[in-house]
Amino acid sequence: MSKDNEILEEFTSKEYEHGWSVDYEADEAPLGLNEDIIRWISAKKEEPEWLLEWRLKAYRIWENMEEPKWANVRYPKLDFQKVRYYSAPKQTKKTKSLDEIDPELLKIYDRLGISLNEQKRLQGIAVDAVLDSVSVGTTFKETLSKLGIVFCSFSEAVQEHPDLVKEYLGSVVPSTDNYYAALNSAVFSDGSFCYIPKGVRCPMELSTYFRINAANTGQFERTLIIAEEGSYVSYLEGCTAPQRDENQLHAAVVEIYAKKDAEVKYSTVQNWFPGDKNGKGGIYNFVTKRGICAGDNSKISWTQVETGSAITWKYPSCILKGDNSIGEFYSVAVTNNYQQADTGTKMIHIGKNTRSRIVSKGISAGKSQNSYRGQVQVMKRATNARNFSQCDSLLMGDKCGAHTFPYIDIANSSAKVEHEATTSKIGEDQIFYCNQRGIATEDAVALIVNGYAKEVLNQLPMEFAVEAQKLLALTLEGSVG
Amino acid sequence: MLTIKNLHASIEGTPILRGINLEIKPGEIHAIMGPNGSGKSTLASVLAGREEYEVTEGEVIYKGKDLLDLSPEDRAREGVFLAFQYPVEIPGVSSTNFLRTAVNQVREYRGQEPLDAVKFLSLMKEKMKLVEIDQKLLSRSLNEGFSGGEKKRNEIFQMAILDPALSILDETDSGLDIDALKVVANGVNQLRSSDNATIVVTHYQRLLDYIVPDFVHVLFEGRIVKSGDKSLALELEDKGYDWIKDEVANTAV
Ligand SMILES: Nc1ncnc2c1ncn2[C@@H]1O[C@H](COP(=O)(O)OP(=O)(O)OP(=O)(O)O)[C@@H](O)[C@H]1O
Ligand SMILES: [Mg+2]
Repeated sequence: MSKDNEILEEFTSKEYEHGWSVDYEADEAPLGLNEDIIRWISAKKEEPEWLLEWRLKAYRIWENMEEPKWANVRYPKLDFQKVRYYSAPKQTKKTKSLDEIDPELLKIYDRLGISLNEQKRLQGIAVDAVLDSVSVGTTFKETLSKLGIVFCSFSEAVQEHPDLVKEYLGSVVPSTDNYYAALNSAVFSDGSFCYIPKGVRCPMELSTYFRINAANTGQFERTLIIAEEGSYVSYLEGCTAPQRDENQLHAAVVEIYAKKDAEVKYSTVQNWFPGDKNGKGGIYNFVTKRGICAGDNSKISWTQVETGSAITWKYPSCILKGDNSIGEFYSVAVTNNYQQADTGTKMIHIGKNTRSRIVSKGISAGKSQNSYRGQVQVMKRATNARNFSQCDSLLMGDKCGAHTFPYIDIANSSAKVEHEATTSKIGEDQIFYCNQRGIATEDAVALIVNGYAKEVLNQLPMEFAVEAQKLLALTLEGSVG
Repeated sequence: MLTIKNLHASIEGTPILRGINLEIKPGEIHAIMGPNGSGKSTLASVLAGREEYEVTEGEVIYKGKDLLDLSPEDRAREGVFLAFQYPVEIPGVSSTNFLRTAVNQVREYRGQEPLDAVKFLSLMKEKMKLVEIDQKLLSRSLNEGFSGGEKKRNEIFQMAILDPALSILDETDSGLDIDALKVVANGVNQLRSSDNATIVVTHYQRLLDYIVPDFVHVLFEGRIVKSGDKSLALELEDKGYDWIKDEVANTAV
């Protein structure tokens, strides 16, 4: 018997740091879901008729769909009539500039370490802050607009750039795609919208910070990124939620459209409330993220650090349609206590000489379950397609599980697909070795885990890599020794 | 500096150490020899604080403190260093990063300021010369893919950086070629002072030509059954362990 087990018994989970909530007067939809609720949301957002129709169509599709059961996660059946589909702090409706935002709301973000004051912001990062169902503000809008870059909340884009929204909404993830995408299409509330014009290299990181505050409320964010020919953008998404006993639903859709020679880097640091150490509460994170490399030589790169949520169901994918296009997926998924993650990617090779790279690092501790699910599909005309997949699992203790489900589907014999997988345990040997050099056990775990995840963390923008490292250490704090 | 009294330790209920007595003073070098499985690495592990081993009897006093009462990291911070017989690999963590974390945690324990990057690098440079270790090796993941000899050399490099009061070298010579052996021995000798002490676990007299011990002990079935000066090592080289086993058998009767 290994000492690991005994050490793990002494488990004392560190409290989730962002578990607080704030009271504010909210504008809320009644609980439950029906066509009237959708009309209510659409009216609230003063949406054009076509968008309401689009939502209603999605709703009817969703009504006839079955909740997917194939993921390696277990949870009680969701009652979609007990969810609130819209909640917004009252004041934000009319604000046009950052100065007009209710200081109480700004405080929420300050407390999260996200200052919306442009002077105080880290240079080089623009932020869109989404609270429950609405965006409360977007920084550096003017600076960016000088370059023709549009970075605003999705709701604002519907008002200001309806043609772009109409053209691209649902073009990568159609409402029919899956159960949660259909649900999102019916009820989505807010999210970010980015448009990078032809030949423009976005000079700063664009980021959205999602925060769920209200109880019983689902967050259904919708993000759309359009990169015109030869453009470049790096986008980062972060998220937290208060600690609540009930499970809350987060069903997002992210669509990326990359044209010829365009490059989009999308990074996520997901830290939704994971539930307490007995598995009570936590966010159900059912997310559809997909990008299309529509033009030749385009590139989409997903990097995700998944530390939160009770359940994660998420497969950021790339459709490699343009010739020579490149898709990448770098992932670290950490689960502790009773968390369950089923995450991975899909790389669909359609164009010639398309290349994809998958690096997935799962870390399981406590009684958690961590699955990698990935699909590499090479279509008939994708001559010379290349894929490399590396899927590693790291186990801490023997009460958790790590699973790998790679699906490979090749219709062109010139394809080269490589898959490597490893499973290892944080050894008591490694920890003792660190201890013997004077390093405390917590720090040893952080060192070992960050070493293990290094290849993925290296993909993140510098400032966030440091944050992510701390987050990994924090999530696993107390999981050994 | 170190007093071991009647130390008994077992693993999973099997007694391995069965009454060790040993006294080590500052400035001394003690060699521990003995057949495979006699308990040498166990002794080293118990001193370093490995938790699988249960100490069932006896005591260990280190610098006036009850060593067995300290956590493994605190023992290290108090100056106990173990050069492992089988150094562990830590993927993705460079030796540099690892050692900097270690040095600063030790310093924090001792109430010293952490070393900044510049000071740490100059310390690294200085010690790299001492054990003739290549910079390239240190930027790679710790011990990952290192050859047997490189791992051992890296252990001594870490020892040089951490500057311990009591070093325990567990078969550091195995896997080293002749030149590397001299370099490592030379490193150990240069680090030697009147304030620190070294325990050298080895099977071969050869190492003791370079690191000259003040005492040689023979460990057999969990006890030190014979002690002497460096000539004992030569005698063992010559005659093997059978005569000692016989001696033990005779006294037991
Ligand atoms: N987990 C274990 N369960 C039972 N016996 C063990 C366990 N670990 C070690 N031992 C035994 O303890 C004894 C002492 O081992 P130790 O590694 O201390 O020997 P050693 O003197 O260092 O040998 P070597 O010269 O081969 O390095 C051996 O007989 C070994 O098999
Ligand atoms: Mg040994």
